[in-house]
Amino acid sequence: MAEEITIPGWKKWLEDIGDQVAFFFKFFRNIFSGGFEWGEFIRQCYEIGYRSIMLVGVTSFIMGVVLIVQLRPTLVTFGAVSMMPQSLSISFVRELGPVIIALICAGKIASSIGAELGSMKVTEQLDAMEVSGANAVQYLAVTRILATTVMVPLLSLIGDVIGLFAGFLAINLRDSISFQLYFHKVIASLGFSDLFPAFVKTIFFGFAIGFIGCYKGFHSNKGTESVGIAANSAVVTASLWIFVIDAIAVQVTSLLFY
Amino acid sequence: MDDVKADIEQMPKARNGEEVVIAIKGLKKSFGKKDVLRDINLEVKRGENVLILGKSGTGKSVTIQCIVGLLTPDAGSLKVFGNEVAQMSDDELKQLRMKFGFLFQSGALYDSMTIRENLEFPLTRVLRLNDQTEIDKRVEDVLESVGLLEAIDKLPSDLSGGMRKRAGLARTLIINPEIMLYDEPTTGLDPITSREISHLILEIQKKYKTSSIIITHDMECARIAADRMLIMDDGKFIAEGSFDELHQSSNKIAASFFKDIL
Ligand SMILES: Nc1ncnc2c1ncn2[C@@H]1O[C@H](COP(=O)(O)OP(=O)(O)O)[C@@H](O)[C@H]1O
Ligand SMILES: [Mg+2]
Repeated sequence: MAEEITIPGWKKWLEDIGDQVAFFFKFFRNIFSGGFEWGEFIRQCYEIGYRSIMLVGVTSFIMGVVLIVQLRPTLVTFGAVSMMPQSLSISFVRELGPVIIALICAGKIASSIGAELGSMKVTEQLDAMEVSGANAVQYLAVTRILATTVMVPLLSLIGDVIGLFAGFLAINLRDSISFQLYFHKVIASLGFSDLFPAFVKTIFFGFAIGFIGCYKGFHSNKGTESVGIAANSAVVTASLWIFVIDAIAVQVTSLLFY
Repeated sequence: MDDVKADIEQMPKARNGEEVVIAIKGLKKSFGKKDVLRDINLEVKRGENVLILGKSGTGKSVTIQCIVGLLTPDAGSLKVFGNEVAQMSDDELKQLRMKFGFLFQSGALYDSMTIRENLEFPLTRVLRLNDQTEIDKRVEDVLESVGLLEAIDKLPSDLSGGMRKRAGLARTLIINPEIMLYDEPTTGLDPITSREISHLILEIQKKYKTSSIIITHDMECARIAADRMLIMDDGKFIAEGSFDELHQSSNKIAASFFKDIL
């Protein structure tokens, strides 16, 4: 253990990044090598999507309401109360929806993948699979990573719809607007340059969540406490990646569209 | 299966004319500054049960993990069927692993799958069988031979320690391995179940004609299952012989294992 303390933090961090890159290539090589695990992929899509839909729905609903309540006083000062639908849709669909839903998914999905695979590592199930000649990366990691890459964007879309609907209800608490007019304003305010980059971003968020969950699980240590560490560091690292991707995405988007 | 036969023909012959399936020379492995394997030399002949005794932490598990390429040795030569494991490509390593059965200390059953699904996994993922009737038959046959047919649709969490060992054993036997590696097959089991597992190891040697390395510190298992025994201490083998020879040995570490045996 002594040598572990003397390794500088940045060196460990670089090593970790190196391992992540290596794991990425391993994932890539195994996507189609020798048969895709459709059954496990579909099962994971169901697990990941279905089990998170409640959480995403409730969070988006509350966020829609809260944003309207918070936006109103500011818009009132500018005499722009009628701009509430547009303000909500832009802030929600472009930025807050994707990022917050991705963070929620990081907390729920990345941690559960990290814990599941971490405990398989501790109980030697990963070694057993590897040693039997089966392809553990293909069966366990590829399926989970692709499942989050597909399901997180879908969850984000559902979250957007629910959040915008919640906004409609929230506006009608204080002011009144017809359903038709509300959605007319919402849709009119959203262009291709709002929807497309936001959607592409969620694909990367989904990938990061599945990838980091699997990486942390596959690379956990063999003690019992390492299951918790794998789950925990999966959430922390995935959340960090989400912000990094968001920062890159905003640069790319403004270069391409504005 | 044809390439298996080809390998057998190329295999080097041991001094007394028997085939050597595993040949290890001067194997070394360290983790960081910690030297775990210092100088491991071992030959396993076809059909032989070689048993390794040793205190925990001396590197027994590391040795057999090197044999199947789960760990990469730092130095020395490790040949299986005459081929150097360290020089194998991913594909060759996969082919090699199909000839091994590795029983992990914990059984290592896939805990999200039933026993049936656990046993089907190597058939569909490694041997790539499609014929469901053949799959069912092989699963039932192998469970029958480890005496666990009644638990076929149970989850691993519903099984006792002994049953889990049997199920783990069945999962490794189902692809008809030529070499079995047992990592502490009886540790954590009661004496009666331990004896049953030890006899099962002996039956497997006869029925499946396997060569085996058995890691244990269970002397009863050693008495029942071993053709030849080695004692490992601090990353080296310090004594070798049959059960009776080691029993008579004046070596202090050997004697400590036999102290309770009359
Ligand atoms: N993957 C690993 N990484 C670091 N150290 C390891 C690893 N595997 C085993 N060791 C260390 O090597 C030593 C021997 O372990 P092992 O072979 O499991 O002992 P045993 O003889 O009880 O089976 C132990 O001190 C263990 O901590
Ligand atoms: Mg061990």
